[in-house]
Amino acid sequence: MKLDRRDVLKASLALGGGLLLELDTSAMAADTATTFAPSPLLRITSDDLVHVVLARVDMGQGTTTMHVQNVAEELGVDPATVRFEQSGADHAYDHPQFGFQLTGGSTSTSVSWEPYQRAGAAARQMLVTAAARQWGVPASECHVEQGSVVHAASARSARFGALASLAARESVPDVAPKTRNFTTLGTGIPRVDAPMKVNGTAEYGLDVKVPGALVAVLLRCPVPRGTLVSFEATAARALDGVRHVVQVPQGVAVVATTYWHAKQGAALVKCVWNEGELATLDSSTLLAKHRELLRSAAGVRVHEHGEVKASFEQSGLTVVEAEYALPFLAHATMEPQNATARFTDGKLEVWAPTQGPGITQAVLASALDLPVREITVHQTWVGGGFGRRIAQDYALEAAQLSRALGGQAVKVVWSREDDVQHSPYRPAATHLVKGALDAEGHVRAWHHRVATQSILADVLPDFAGALLPGAPAFVPRLVTSLINGRIERDDSAFEGVPNLPYLMDSLAVDFVRHEAGVRSMFWRSVANSHTAFATESFVDELAWAAKQDPFTFRRNLLWKQHRHRWVLELAAEKAGWTTPAPAGVGRGIAVHQSFGSYAAAVAEVSLDDDSIRVDRLVMAIDCGRVLNPDIVKSQLESCAIFGLSATLHGAITFAKGRVQQSNFHDYAPLRMNECPRIETYLRENQAPPTGVGEPGLPVIAPAVANAVYALTRQRLRSLPLTLPSKG
Amino acid sequence: MKLTINGTTHELDVPKDLPVLWVLRDVLGLTGTKFGCGMALCGACTVHVDGQATRSCVTPVGSLEGRTLTTIEGLAPVEHPHPCQRAWVEKSVPQCGYCQSGQVMQAAALLATTPRPTDDDITAAMSGNLCRCGTYPRIRAAIHRAAELLAAPAPAKETP
Repeated sequence: MKLDRRDVLKASLALGGGLLLELDTSAMAADTATTFAPSPLLRITSDDLVHVVLARVDMGQGTTTMHVQNVAEELGVDPATVRFEQSGADHAYDHPQFGFQLTGGSTSTSVSWEPYQRAGAAARQMLVTAAARQWGVPASECHVEQGSVVHAASARSARFGALASLAARESVPDVAPKTRNFTTLGTGIPRVDAPMKVNGTAEYGLDVKVPGALVAVLLRCPVPRGTLVSFEATAARALDGVRHVVQVPQGVAVVATTYWHAKQGAALVKCVWNEGELATLDSSTLLAKHRELLRSAAGVRVHEHGEVKASFEQSGLTVVEAEYALPFLAHATMEPQNATARFTDGKLEVWAPTQGPGITQAVLASALDLPVREITVHQTWVGGGFGRRIAQDYALEAAQLSRALGGQAVKVVWSREDDVQHSPYRPAATHLVKGALDAEGHVRAWHHRVATQSILADVLPDFAGALLPGAPAFVPRLVTSLINGRIERDDSAFEGVPNLPYLMDSLAVDFVRHEAGVRSMFWRSVANSHTAFATESFVDELAWAAKQDPFTFRRNLLWKQHRHRWVLELAAEKAGWTTPAPAGVGRGIAVHQSFGSYAAAVAEVSLDDDSIRVDRLVMAIDCGRVLNPDIVKSQLESCAIFGLSATLHGAITFAKGRVQQSNFHDYAPLRMNECPRIETYLRENQAPPTGVGEPGLPVIAPAVANAVYALTRQRLRSLPLTLPSKG
Repeated sequence: MKLTINGTTHELDVPKDLPVLWVLRDVLGLTGTKFGCGMALCGACTVHVDGQATRSCVTPVGSLEGRTLTTIEGLAPVEHPHPCQRAWVEKSVPQCGYCQSGQVMQAAALLATTPRPTDDDITAAMSGNLCRCGTYPRIRAAIHRAAELLAAPAPAKETP
């Protein structure tokens, strides 16, 4: 028997400010025997199990363990015994900063640790109060221990499960979370989601089994934003296993009994496309356009301090100028995009590996003109996110197709080729940077210009409905047009530059917006993934121009920025920076703050038949108080390898409007044989905990490029890094 | 055709050129084996055919008649995990976890022939298996740990 917690309590969650719960005890009295649910975040059942509901989606970054560990700490239970489940679309799990239910921006720990700890603390106090009341002893004499409330003086104890119905009658108190004497927080307990992820039982989106569901493969125009003119599908329809071939907004859907049958059918469909305006898109002309605009267009000045123009005009300065170019990048999650949908009596159910069931629901409601309450979203495990699954294209495709097929349950599956060629990308970006040094090596001026597109311009129209739930369709459109002004200053195009930590007399940052027309999306560390390559390469160029050691040069300019300096010094010390690198090895360093955390890396590189080999990475992070050091380390490793993939291999390029890469042979993530030795160090302190899913990434490319320069005296200013052939 | 998977023989009415990955996933509902690339480039779909690590996404089901197929579901009972699975949990290897069925199957096949692999053995065996979350250092550590677990006299109930 299961009690719906929404039947028994009306909860409002004031995240960050504490947990405010309003209980309807009259309804609760009806049935409290099985479940004690003092908060939408957790419940305790009569079988002694603590169940945690995951407000943030775990894409691999470890938030399941974080949620569980915070609750387990306050309840005094072994985290390995705590059950956990995905949240559905529910405002109780809205992100307190974003205002809707989404996971991103390396914010999960910073916004969730306290509400989960508070929920656990409130539950503990209610259990203790209930037990003490029953035993007629002061609550202050009772404590929790391994799933029981214990009164040591009278040698009495009661299991949580046995107390559940009594505890449910207590009012929900506002209890301050523990701040010291932690038992599990601060320790590197094993990930609680690991067992189900090594035996095949974790259910990802692609694994969802809906009775009678068919599998669909979509044919999309090879040129972004192109449209279907006509198609011919006689041969496909005649194929065994193919059930339907239908036109859909994205092109043509081939629906069959298995993915393979759908794929075989899709190969037989002949489509005529109107390739549209992007039919001539070419990566080399896009780069040329960026370069031209960086020199001719004013753009928008998004930051200025000091007098940049006047500073450059001082006499006796050494002026350095450099241009950095970065390509489009695909997220290439290991689980290709997919979603399953069906309509029953006009109501839509969707199963999706999304980065937020709330955003999925809102986007579908707006796009399909359905009331939010008629859409149920089942969150699955997510085979990699990195920002890709903030987009809802896969869920929308499944829902539209199911509707077109009269409600038929259908699973839309993207092939790897679809994923590489039709996904929204990290935008290509080009930076033009000019700096001036005086004779002592002080930075007098830094003028930084970024040419790229606005991610917000792509995302806002889709998400305006989510931001304004329930509003008529014209309202989101109006709001989007009103906030278009903000797109001109979209900091997801240049974040990481205006807040450069180095001491300098003047800094000016210009955003030169150029819309390539290609769909874009937040990609792990967003703009920091390209801005830090430019800023940390350029600081290195200034150091060499000043004839100073790159580490010492940075440290001197960071004397007012202790958290940057801490991680810089820690990484340098652990790497043995002051000891000369072995013959044939170059060392490079970089430091960058993003998402509230501070990261530094030292890279050691060598050459292997004229190609760059990264032998060692030493990384340091300051993310404030550390809740689970092993997960922090694992995220540094993850950022290192994700970052190296982009540094050494990653590029999505266009020719005649078509993506030239298709699968893992030409869009190649790092493999084990290329993986360097990675050492990770934490500079822990008592600042509030901040995220670790992204901040380790931005420093990787510049650390490696700076190491290549130290070794070869060749300054590589484009990613992926390629040494000019010696031929 | 008849196909024996994890010790159970299935009578299948499917085209012989159907890759066995889709027999497992879409016909039999054995979804522990993952689809990643469809071209034997990523290893997410790795299964054992007569003990050999094999990419199921490019293996026609017709080629498997009379051979022994093991998937992640059949590697060990859930309640008595394989030493690789125990080591994977101990070292907190999985992040998103999507590639790990294939990684575990690849590693288990390595350990079956090379019980004490060197770092070079591991690199050679595992470089065909992609992990986008970057768990390679932990996979390496977990394989060494699994080798230790295999060498140690296992508790009777833990023998798969």
